[in-house]
Amino acid sequence: MSATRTLRALPTLLRIGVAETVAYRGEFLVWILTTTLPLVMLGLWTSVAEEAPFRGYSSAAFVAYYLSNLIVRNLTGSWVAWQISEEIRLGAMSMRLLRPLHPYVAFAASHLAAVPFRSVVVLPVAIVLLVSSGASALTTEPLQLVLILPSLVLAWIITFNMMFTIGSIGFFVTKTMGLLNLYFGLFSLLSGYLMPIPLLPRAIGWFAEWLPFRYTLSAPIELMTLHLDGEAIARILFAQIGWAIATLVLTFWVWNRGVKNFEAVGG
Amino acid sequence: MIRARELTKHFRVHKRPPGFVSAMKSLVRRKYETVKAVDGVSFTIERGERVGFLGPNGAGKTTTLKVLAGLLHPTSGEVEVEGHVPFKRETPLLEAITLVMGQKSQLIWDLPPSETYAMNRAVFDVPKAQFDKTLSELTELLDLAPLLDKPTRQLSLGERMKCELAAALLHQPTTLFLDEPTIGLDVAMQVAIRDFVRSYNQKHEATVLLTSHYMDDVVALCPRIIVIDAGVLIHDGDLRQLIKTMDPDKRVSFTLTSVPLGDDEVAKLGVLVTREGGRITLKVGEAQIPSVVGHLLGALKAADLAIEDPPLEEILRVMFGKAKATT
Repeated sequence: MSATRTLRALPTLLRIGVAETVAYRGEFLVWILTTTLPLVMLGLWTSVAEEAPFRGYSSAAFVAYYLSNLIVRNLTGSWVAWQISEEIRLGAMSMRLLRPLHPYVAFAASHLAAVPFRSVVVLPVAIVLLVSSGASALTTEPLQLVLILPSLVLAWIITFNMMFTIGSIGFFVTKTMGLLNLYFGLFSLLSGYLMPIPLLPRAIGWFAEWLPFRYTLSAPIELMTLHLDGEAIARILFAQIGWAIATLVLTFWVWNRGVKNFEAVGG
Repeated sequence: MIRARELTKHFRVHKRPPGFVSAMKSLVRRKYETVKAVDGVSFTIERGERVGFLGPNGAGKTTTLKVLAGLLHPTSGEVEVEGHVPFKRETPLLEAITLVMGQKSQLIWDLPPSETYAMNRAVFDVPKAQFDKTLSELTELLDLAPLLDKPTRQLSLGERMKCELAAALLHQPTTLFLDEPTIGLDVAMQVAIRDFVRSYNQKHEATVLLTSHYMDDVVALCPRIIVIDAGVLIHDGDLRQLIKTMDPDKRVSFTLTSVPLGDDEVAKLGVLVTREGGRITLKVGEAQIPSVVGHLLGALKAADLAIEDPPLEEILRVMFGKAKATT
């Protein structure tokens, strides 16, 4: 399917993605509330830093960090691995493969459509809290402020690609939930989801630097909460661009090989 | 046009006896078996043909359809559909074909069918005017109006199948792969869908390859049938000719209202097939039909007399039995 045709189809795909997201109102709200782990961590770490800063992080810095974390996670989280894996296992992927639209585009559109709705409850609360309690620890550097959005977009792309790759492994191993749990364990530790990367032990911090997880979450948080020099900003963004390209290549490589293995069960 | 040459599709299947011990053993060491789902099948189907694809469960029908639709990569052999290699899933091919699977849905489960139709219009890039015209035709033919805005999950099986057919045909494909399209439907709905498929085939000169466990679907729709068993093609040709070759005798059914008929008298007329209450079905050679019918209507005053070909189910049962005996 050509790029122009895909672009023509995009508004309809986004509209349907929105309709699917809000089809179950109750489940939708409960699901939004499940993304609040950073708030738990916020309570823990602010009590640690209540009397004195902990390794350079004041109470306000922790507030800024975890509320930024909540916002970034809500905007960039992806559950496509679970969807792809289930569709492969149950044979429902067959119907997607019969349409002249790559499933990467179809899933991406449906996930993008859900982003504003996933953020509709959490985002206003987080922003209000952030401005009222953690504003002193937020960046005011114009360059960093401008680059937050591109960094969020790149974080979304890397996360989506990683999830798409894990889902596509379902073509080879049928069930990928174990792999997904492993990913989430590594992500929690190495992305800064559980704690800021500078607080990790040095050896683990080294891994965090060289693996993609940091660039799916911590990178935009760093732009939001740290005062970075030009070199550090460039390093973060170029690393994000590199990982976005690398994971895209990996995604299509795994997908193209996986589709040949598809057994189209059922029916 | 559809062409398959020496098509084979093998699956590697994990085999494990039941029980806890076997489950634990399979964690360490797994036994695999190669299943030949399709084994050297060749056929050609010209544009506009309606072909029934028959075989017992597990014969390889659905696997063949999935290879033809590009969902499965063949293990070996050549396949061509409308001038394309299906597994490459090039856009012109995907626009030219459709696959309806009675047990798989392409409708978006939580949204009304109209949303799936809108998505298909966008994805297949169907011009608005053509989409509106086709949807209005399909709505009328399949009586979809009351269903379009109900969530798919709340539709009955029959309602859903009608909506599936519409979703599959909105882009006006010229090759239809129909896998059990009437499964689970009541008789009236089966007839409606058969009529619809026939009229679509005639109007669009569409090629139809149909699998169905309802032989009435096949008899009503398909002048030609391809029969496979255990992945091997065992017949390809005219349906009536097959029936004639396999069992040239006719089935004569009648009801006796006044004259009783003992089994020894029945044996003089033909071979008794069934006797249910007053209704009798005999197997009678074609040459004897005039004299038997004359006797039944004259001396025996039989009512509701019907002369039919043997049921296709019976023919296939014999065929599959023979195929098993020779393998």
